Amino acid sequence: MYRYDHFDQRLVDERVAQFRDQTRRYLAGELSDDDFRPLRLMNGLYIQKHAPMLRIAIPYGQLSTRQLRTLAHLARTYDRGYGHFTTRQNLQLNWPQLEQVPDILAALARVEMHAIQTSGNCVRNVTSDHFAGVAGDETVDPRPYAELIRQWSTLHPEFAYLPRKFKIAVTGATNDRAAILVHDIGLQVVFGERGDIGFRVAVGGGLGRTPMIGHVIREFVPRAEILNYLDAILRVYNRFGRRDNKYKARIKILVKERRPAVFAQDVESEWEQLRGGPATVPGEEFERLAGFFVPPRYEQLPSDDASYRAALQDNRAFANWAQRNLHPHKVPGYMIVTVSLKKTGVPPGDVTSDQMESIAHLADRYSFGELRVSHEQNLIFTDVRQSDLLSLWQQLKALGLATPNIGLLTNIVCCPGGDFCSLANAKSIPIAEAIQRRFEDLDYLHDIGELDLNISGCMNACGHHHVGHIGVLGVDKNGSEWYQVSIGGTQGDHAAIGKVIGPSFAADDMPDVVSRLIDVYVDIRHEDERFVDTVRRVGIDPFKERVYATAH
Amino acid sequence: MPRLIKGTQIVDDAYMVIRGDGFPEGVPVIVPLLTWEANRDALRASGDAGVWLAPADDPAALADDLASLPVIAIDFPSFTDGRGYSSARLLRERLGYRGELRAIGDIQRDQLYYLSQVGFDAFAVAEDRDVEAALAGLRDFSDGYQSTQARTPWFRRRDESGATA
Repeated sequence: MYRYDHFDQRLVDERVAQFRDQTRRYLAGELSDDDFRPLRLMNGLYIQKHAPMLRIAIPYGQLSTRQLRTLAHLARTYDRGYGHFTTRQNLQLNWPQLEQVPDILAALARVEMHAIQTSGNCVRNVTSDHFAGVAGDETVDPRPYAELIRQWSTLHPEFAYLPRKFKIAVTGATNDRAAILVHDIGLQVVFGERGDIGFRVAVGGGLGRTPMIGHVIREFVPRAEILNYLDAILRVYNRFGRRDNKYKARIKILVKERRPAVFAQDVESEWEQLRGGPATVPGEEFERLAGFFVPPRYEQLPSDDASYRAALQDNRAFANWAQRNLHPHKVPGYMIVTVSLKKTGVPPGDVTSDQMESIAHLADRYSFGELRVSHEQNLIFTDVRQSDLLSLWQQLKALGLATPNIGLLTNIVCCPGGDFCSLANAKSIPIAEAIQRRFEDLDYLHDIGELDLNISGCMNACGHHHVGHIGVLGVDKNGSEWYQVSIGGTQGDHAAIGKVIGPSFAADDMPDVVSRLIDVYVDIRHEDERFVDTVRRVGIDPFKERVYATAH
Repeated sequence: MPRLIKGTQIVDDAYMVIRGDGFPEGVPVIVPLLTWEANRDALRASGDAGVWLAPADDPAALADDLASLPVIAIDFPSFTDGRGYSSARLLRERLGYRGELRAIGDIQRDQLYYLSQVGFDAFAVAEDRDVEAALAGLRDFSDGYQSTQARTPWFRRRDESGATA
């Protein structure tokens, strides 16, 4: 993975010093609330219901065990012994003290981490495919490019005060696991006609109040030009994006109001001026960055390990886990393991300091000391030998981290919601738990098959409810908490926004509502059809009828 | 006399920034773009008049005046409105303006470093702020990754610096 040199380190250290001074001035009354707010947000610090919340960046989801141990230590020392992995490859601490945040940042800097631009109206933490570098369907490893973009976006002087937040995601695979079409900019690393590397660029996707799927504005930008092209997009947005209305300030509104073709032309004109300029990236820089992401020393292994095969035969619980939580690896004899942070009764994405340390120990032993954070709020061991899987599973199981539910209904993606977040209209964690309890029967869960269920506690859509096969949105009606349900949303290559089925429900009704949706699916599904495929085939009406016929 | 950060020094500021219509004769003024466009000849003749741009003003409107303008200011009604950063780079890098480029409005120490990177060389720190303390903001960072008006990107300088991992 990428390692800081003295230059990277110096900038992060200088940001810590700057924030320490900003915090000091705020506490001394020299900076007003209004003046401090944008400054602290730009460093990932919110003031929440109970305490400040600090959002720590895990750039493109890559994490070393040394870093994870530091996160465990920080959560234990400055918080209540746990952290929350978010849908944007960040880790949130829910209970730090404002006075101690500079010390937390200093400790993060010592392990090459930071909270720079994890919030605020600036370019946010760049995200990527959590299987980058090991997936079988990968065209180009996106991580060197994600790192280039991390550096470009970090402390960019021109784009620190944008109209609104700005999110960039990068993938290098044919199956999009980075949800690039629901980002302000989605980049797919591709080969051009002459075999040269470049980017297919989509702009104007996003969730939130006005969900939209991104538009491809250029099929190919040569990689040397990518920073010029990004500067061009950001400059057009910075100058012309709306600032009169917070809800219309995202780039998607500019793209829509200008029309994608016209916006593309605006960018093209700006790029024409920047093209070939100082921000053009030389080939040596790509080579330097790629040098940080060379494959680990894999062993030559048979593609099919006998002991693994035997364990699958003998141990049904292990086989269930293997079926759901393993993905194929590009190297024979290895597998990608997803560590589920979706155990019933535990808020989705939450992990304790003790668990973090145990996970770090296991990743050192079984997966070259590195791991990934997925936007579905799970952790990934990218490089596990088949012969180690049984023993890894046993140890994960003992830690409560082997729930066999990846891709299934109970792998719920969920924001912290009204229990923590001051933006939320409604709680989301108890809804997730009630639904998980309803679907605890593993056989039934596996029979239902692949299903993404996403819950957001408000319109800001941190739980990505619009792209859930079943999406749940917390709404406020006259001061009480209600839940609006949509179906048919999809992430990935065929990204689609779900359709709302009708009036919202009380919290207590939610497990029944989901049960009825599933009943309809089970009744009318074709063989090998996922829930979302059935919704696409028949539309929302049969689901709507059943849910409302019995609910009212 | 109001004080101004010019380069890295604090100096007395001779200019009067005119926010409304009209302008006094015989004093150095910085007028709104509309006033400039309506009174260009008279203001030019005075020899000591500058113009300020609002966030939405197009810097290209001044393309023909750049050589004769001693000062251009860009207004930040709120420090969170970042349009002026792009305006500054366009003036410096695209239009080739070489005179004083001054940030006015809600200018505080925490923005000075970024402002200096996009081409500003003068900073009218808001009157209720400590200008001496604000000066330190210019040194918040020693360098940066990106291509800016003030520097080439780090990846173009890395080898010369003898940087090692």
